[in-house]
Amino acid sequence: MTTRGATVLYDVPGPRARMRNNALTLVFGVVLLLVAYLVWAKFDEKGQWDGKLWEPFLRGDTWTELILPGLRNTLAAAVVAAVLALLFGAVFGIARLSDHRWVRVPAAVVVEAFRAIPLLMLIFFAQYGGSLAGLVVTEFAAVVFGLTLYNGSVLAEIVRAGILAVPRGQAEAGYAIGLRKNQVMRMILLPQAVTAMMPAIVSQLVVLLKDTALGFVVAYADLLNAGARVVPANYANLIPSVIVIAAIYIAINLALGYLATWLERRSRRSRKVAADPAAAEMAGGEVALAR
Amino acid sequence: MEAVVDELPVILGAFWLTVRLTVVSGVISLIWGIVLAAMRVSPLPVLRGAGALYVNVLRNTPLTLIIVFCGLGLGTVMNVQFSQDDLSLNSFWLSIIGLSAYTSAFVCEVVRSGINTVPLGQAEAARAIGLTFLQTLRLVVLPQAVRTVIAPLGSLLNALIKNTTVAAAIGVMEAALRMKNLFDSHGDAIIPIFLGFAAGFIVLTLPLNLLSGRLARRLAVVR
Repeated sequence: MTTRGATVLYDVPGPRARMRNNALTLVFGVVLLLVAYLVWAKFDEKGQWDGKLWEPFLRGDTWTELILPGLRNTLAAAVVAAVLALLFGAVFGIARLSDHRWVRVPAAVVVEAFRAIPLLMLIFFAQYGGSLAGLVVTEFAAVVFGLTLYNGSVLAEIVRAGILAVPRGQAEAGYAIGLRKNQVMRMILLPQAVTAMMPAIVSQLVVLLKDTALGFVVAYADLLNAGARVVPANYANLIPSVIVIAAIYIAINLALGYLATWLERRSRRSRKVAADPAAAEMAGGEVALAR
Repeated sequence: MEAVVDELPVILGAFWLTVRLTVVSGVISLIWGIVLAAMRVSPLPVLRGAGALYVNVLRNTPLTLIIVFCGLGLGTVMNVQFSQDDLSLNSFWLSIIGLSAYTSAFVCEVVRSGINTVPLGQAEAARAIGLTFLQTLRLVVLPQAVRTVIAPLGSLLNALIKNTTVAAAIGVMEAALRMKNLFDSHGDAIIPIFLGFAAGFIVLTLPLNLLSGRLARRLAVVR
């Protein structure tokens, strides 16, 4: 019998364990407060909680002139790169499942290569390689180029795993009633795979949004640039400013994270989906974990 | 091609820095991540809350922001120094703080989900035959949890290798920033240099992928 409240590690506490837990809660509560106080005191020593440094964030023009334009640029890069990466992912994910070796193998090489190369290197390469070819590569274009190739390759793996997670009988039934290959893909496999892949795709888009911050390195005028260069240049308040910017990133990412959880719960509930969302996510999650 | 051959010592030096960043921050984030995971599965709500707060904040912040905070915020504003005269050593350790703080949040989640995949019945059976808490942990829970955790930890390490390039944001001369510098000095050899560095990363990540995949398959728990 499973007792409610028991976990793999801890049984439901009895009277003595409850006493001990209460005592430990007190001890650790005090320790954590002490740590928090020490951090606060260290920053206080350098005057980082000074109202003067935080006051700019109460004024409208700091937001409208400095922070919001950065946020707009971050979102612009993220949206453009997300659309392109989804396209890239769909094309290469399906190409990797092709029956023709001459399609399958190059697609696999491209996907594996761009997944192994760090994003920052792709951004630098876009800048220098582009000017070598005589193109004017803006910071925006370089960031979008890198984000598209890297996240597109990860999305390709998610797409592939999603399609493979659709039970084989579905495709076989499609062929049995005389559908052609592209009809089976378009009408049978993709609609079911997309629902199953949704949570993994949204998680990868969170990764993409976080990675737009790399634009900072090539001086793209994004949200991080606003928080770590522009605002501190005006008010000499780097630490408060970076904390405010971090809060904005966290709020956006948490909202997207809740969206992913909600989508996942919804597709688990729906009986129409034959593919297992968990299987699609496993494959995507493994590569999407840290970036 | 010549440029790559001429600059080979420089390129290898940059990758050596990448490897050192990876190993040091990998070890720190493994230890700190396990501590955080222990907090998140503990029966004490205070520790669970603190662990969850840490993980959710760090996981949802861009790594670049964390490293910039460490480099400029801790390094310049708060005057945290690891060496009086060697600036590159300073930014090396500051970027390790950032990389470890970020990666440990992911390690924590991997370890926690590894523990949670062990079926409750296993622990109940262990308690029923009279094993103590430590025995349950050592003989029943951890052997199963460690096995499921190998593959995700492998891909985390892989991501960490690539993430070390973000240290370029505070001027650490690892592979990506060194590549940009070589682009500047060898404007005619951009493609060979890029391919050289790309090959370097593939050499670092590929064996790791194969190894962790094989280990995970060999150690998989049959359920």
